[in-house]
Amino acid sequence: MTSPSLPAPSAPAAGQVAAPRAPSPRAARRTPTERRRTRRRAGVDLVLLAVAALFALPLVWLLLASIDAEADLRVGAPSPATTENFEAVWNEEITFRPMLNSLLLCGGATLLTVVCAALAAYPLSRYRSRLVRPYLLTVLFTTCLPVTAIMVPVYGLYVQVELIDSLFGTALFLAATQLPFAIWLMKNFMDGVPVALEEAAWTDGASWYQALARIILPLMGPGLTVVTIYSFIMMWGNFFVPFMLLLTPDQLPASVTLFTFFGSRDSVVYGQLAAFSLLYSTPVILLYVLIARRLGGGFALGGAVKG
Amino acid sequence: MTTTLASRPPSPKPSHPPTRGRRRRPLRWLPLTPATALLLLFLGGPIVYCVAIAFTDMQLTGSSSTSFVGLDNFRHAFEDEDFRNAVVLTLVFTVLSSLVGQNTLGLGLALLMRRASGPVRTLVGSLTIAAWVVPEIVAGFLLYAFFRDEGTLNAVLDWAHLPSQDWLYSAPIIAVSLANVWRGTAFSMLIYSAALAEIPREITEAAEVDGAGGWRRLWHITLPMIRRSIGTNLMLNTLQTLSVFGLIWAMTRGGPGNRSQTLPVFMYDQAFLKALIGYGTAVALLLLLIGALFAAVYLRLLRTEV
Repeated sequence: MTSPSLPAPSAPAAGQVAAPRAPSPRAARRTPTERRRTRRRAGVDLVLLAVAALFALPLVWLLLASIDAEADLRVGAPSPATTENFEAVWNEEITFRPMLNSLLLCGGATLLTVVCAALAAYPLSRYRSRLVRPYLLTVLFTTCLPVTAIMVPVYGLYVQVELIDSLFGTALFLAATQLPFAIWLMKNFMDGVPVALEEAAWTDGASWYQALARIILPLMGPGLTVVTIYSFIMMWGNFFVPFMLLLTPDQLPASVTLFTFFGSRDSVVYGQLAAFSLLYSTPVILLYVLIARRLGGGFALGGAVKG
Repeated sequence: MTTTLASRPPSPKPSHPPTRGRRRRPLRWLPLTPATALLLLFLGGPIVYCVAIAFTDMQLTGSSSTSFVGLDNFRHAFEDEDFRNAVVLTLVFTVLSSLVGQNTLGLGLALLMRRASGPVRTLVGSLTIAAWVVPEIVAGFLLYAFFRDEGTLNAVLDWAHLPSQDWLYSAPIIAVSLANVWRGTAFSMLIYSAALAEIPREITEAAEVDGAGGWRRLWHITLPMIRRSIGTNLMLNTLQTLSVFGLIWAMTRGGPGNRSQTLPVFMYDQAFLKALIGYGTAVALLLLLIGALFAAVYLRLLRTEV
């Protein structure tokens, strides 16, 4: 490793919560200590269930409201359950166009991020130089900076260079905000690929990009998937960047249209809003489930950095 | 001589590609350029621009009259009642939701989950993580519904015969802080679960045999052993909390009045709704500096960790 003192982001193993160590072998007859332990476990379970209920309530409301034609703001059983809300939002104006815009914006930006990160990770992982460590530290430092703070200057800058209200310009900025963490992850995944195979390719006269494209990237497939999906999830959920940089209603991604939909609070149909929220959240939840186990704690690390 | 040589770790990899030698040395850094260009243009550029604009009186309406005003924006900020209000609210928001909320609740959940039964553990894990994965604006909408006068929280309070109130009006900053706890606790929980799993069981068992009670074990053994995770987690939580905008904007838009207007919301309000780009940028610069300070501390913590 070029920078031994920097920790790999994927340190802890499973994405879910670590299980306790194996319990002590249970005797057939229960000792008093064990009975006390069981009672304590029941108490712990009870406390946790109460906390879980608090976390669940808003989510339950979302699910119930989405199938309730007369949903209000309280958790309540729909009477009767209906798909009316989904039918009402299932059209070009409310669902398809914003989702397509989101896909174009986030897909394009993700592609750019991943390509740039893979290219950058190669020299950072393979060559030794005094510059690598400062570069990586700068990258890590940048992942921590609050992007929210620079949105006002970005807006000002975009107005001057006439990139404002352009999907392309917004995608460039989104890619740049996600890039530091992507480089960081990619470099660590690339460190895991042994150099021996490349050496063979070099002796055969392969260039660095041939080695990268034909040998390293295929070997780090899972890592590449994680970086791609992770970047996409972060961009899909991003509200502030497109909210500031895009103006034309036709270009707005789902995160912003959801807000405008919700912004007209007096006339809003909560059931439809819930249905649309659910449709908009589904892709990222599915993608998260796909990568959760693989990335583990590293995913946690990124989630907080880009709030 | 031999010992010094032997004690030196073998170099992990040779400089590659070996056949290309030194002649093409600068060119092999070529792959770094797209990423570096993107970072410099779109992150470095705005930061430089931020520093430059923060000392002018730039306004959105007509760019003709922009002039250098020195430290006026900052002087104005510190005298501005609304700015001081935003600083106080940002502090309340950060302390309540990050330090007290996410951090303590996350640690508590991680500790309890080690003693809970399997299904309960899975349930709590999935629910908190679901709250975390849901996009920010959806979370804002859900918690708006939860805290509203006619929302679920009041329904629960009524059912328990406790006094209910319009949370978004009577205590907006508490409501948005709790919303941020709802959204961000999973992260702390994951970090702490990973850290707790790495404490050798023998150590806790030895303490148990010596007769140390639960709280003493927690205070004298568990917490000192995971102190680095606590530091990392606090830094990351604080950085994330400092830049929360969408959640607050969706729930209260900084209102009623300015009673939930944290620094990011204040900055947006000044720069766009009041069209004072220069002043808004000065606030942004302050926010950026606070963020940079925390980021530097975070890097320091990482460095000592290995």
